[in-house]
Amino acid sequence: MSVTTAPVAGSIGATRRKRTKVPVLVIVALTWILGIILVALLADYLRPYGITTLDLRSRLQPPAGFGGTVRHLFGTDELGRDVTSRLVVSIRISLMIAIGATVIAAVFGTTMGFLAAHFRGWVEQFVLMLIDFQASMPFLILALSVLAFFGNALGLFVVLMGLYGWERHARISRGLAIAANAQGYAAAVRQLGAKPLRIYLGHVLPNIASTLIVSATLSFPEVVLLESGLSFLGLGVQPPMTSLGNMVGYGREYLTRAPWILLAPSTVIVLTTLSVSLVGDWLRDRLDPTLS
Amino acid sequence: MSLLTLTDVARAYTTRRGLLGRSTEVRAVDSISLNVTAGRTLGVVGESGCGKSTTGRLMLGLERPSEGSVLFEEQPMPAPGTTEWRALRKRMQLVFQDPLGAMDRRLTIAQQVEEPLIIHGIGTASERAERVAALLVDVGLRADQAARHPHELSGGQRQRAVLARALATDPALLVCDEPVSALDVSIQAQVVNMLTDLQAARGIAMVFISHDLKVVRQVSHSVAVMYLGRIVEQGDPEALFADPVHPYTRALVSAIPVPGPRRIPRIVLTGDPPNPADRPTGCAFHPRCPVAVARCAVEIPQLRTMDDGRDVACHLAEPQARMAA
Repeated sequence: MSVTTAPVAGSIGATRRKRTKVPVLVIVALTWILGIILVALLADYLRPYGITTLDLRSRLQPPAGFGGTVRHLFGTDELGRDVTSRLVVSIRISLMIAIGATVIAAVFGTTMGFLAAHFRGWVEQFVLMLIDFQASMPFLILALSVLAFFGNALGLFVVLMGLYGWERHARISRGLAIAANAQGYAAAVRQLGAKPLRIYLGHVLPNIASTLIVSATLSFPEVVLLESGLSFLGLGVQPPMTSLGNMVGYGREYLTRAPWILLAPSTVIVLTTLSVSLVGDWLRDRLDPTLS
Repeated sequence: MSLLTLTDVARAYTTRRGLLGRSTEVRAVDSISLNVTAGRTLGVVGESGCGKSTTGRLMLGLERPSEGSVLFEEQPMPAPGTTEWRALRKRMQLVFQDPLGAMDRRLTIAQQVEEPLIIHGIGTASERAERVAALLVDVGLRADQAARHPHELSGGQRQRAVLARALATDPALLVCDEPVSALDVSIQAQVVNMLTDLQAARGIAMVFISHDLKVVRQVSHSVAVMYLGRIVEQGDPEALFADPVHPYTRALVSAIPVPGPRRIPRIVLTGDPPNPADRPTGCAFHPRCPVAVARCAVEIPQLRTMDDGRDVACHLAEPQARMAA
């Protein structure tokens, strides 16, 4: 008996160790995300100048090390505003919008998907109609009309961005919940006498969470880019407030003369979205006990 | 005492071919009457698509019958999803064909076996843990397997875990829908033996749905043979398998593999099982029946009790008393 159990115990230990070992790339990504979040939280203490403080004598100054001075670490823009300060505040605004919108989309979409899967019938038809409406309507037009009618408050903007991508979560959660209800574990738990809330939150949600997380990590960069696009069109974050997309949009005019205005926020967008994708991928594997 | 009574139960589904097609009604189960006695096993056999599983789902109240009534302990079955229906789950349980699909792959075996106890509010946390440990012993799982996930167990062990979960609330009725057909033969025998042992020890009524006649013969106290949604023959398994009366049962029994030379010739049915959406007139079996007469194509045979107490739905099967007269 002891002879047969010993290697089993050893192999379990080995898989545990293998699972707790985090890939280097993921550590880097996690560190970056953590750093970004810290920057967003401490933006008011980190920025050396106000975001609207003009320094007209040092306009379009290149970053330190490229002919600039340490006074403006990442240079200045066309009005002599400090890029570092604007970047720090932009990270806060963009992160808030992207996280808020992704969470709203995931929660709203998953809820709608579960409602459709649970009630079927006309509830499902209604949800599917909303999904089709959302999918067939160019979101930019929807956003334009809403912003044009209701004005542009930051709270409204976050909710509007949250509407983006909810239909993907709704489709995924509806499909997976129907499949689980039809033959699998959800039917079994229902058959045990569990209430719907227990089935959907206790069993279906954890089982499809990996798919939803991957979907959320896909829509996070999209929301960042959408926000950039809308801000660039002048419909998103309004000056004097600033966001990453806003900075890219206004920095575009100076691309040839002062590329740092655009490059600094662009780099942050690329690295952040990449990090979120990497961490999401890794989380997906971690959350699945069948993969080790 | 009859634990579960089905009276003239039918279940029809409507399907539609294409956008403008006429909707047709498929009667998966058609006027079935069955009795499940406490502590006994009813075997339900038949080929694929004959309505075996639908019958099981109707018995558990997972589906509402289109016609007829289902009584459990003399009470009508509540509608699925209602509070009474949920409370009744404590008394009746289902064992699935695919144990891996029936388990939450993210939870350990112990957590899953404990779940029905939590749902029905049975015991404190420590009492539940004790009960789970006892259940796992009963179904022949080792204590260290309690902490495993379903994918870490073999097929037979998973089916044991599913069984432990079904037995957790001490049900009076267990419906086993093809419980061993996904397992290989050596494991099948183990699981079947365990099922009969547990049934004898706990006095559970069992409905054993299968297409494997040998297994059904081994576990059942009574057998119902289904063809296209109807019961064609029902009775004591020994008598039924030794001397089948209905031509369909005869063909089924002759298909059981036997060691050595065959004593009775193999009856090979011609044609395919008919489409339930387009059932033949009269006896549904008549197009494939080797002994059909003109009357079979016109009149639906009703179940009649033979002298030895078994029920047969065939025009040609006459109670012997009448034949002698």
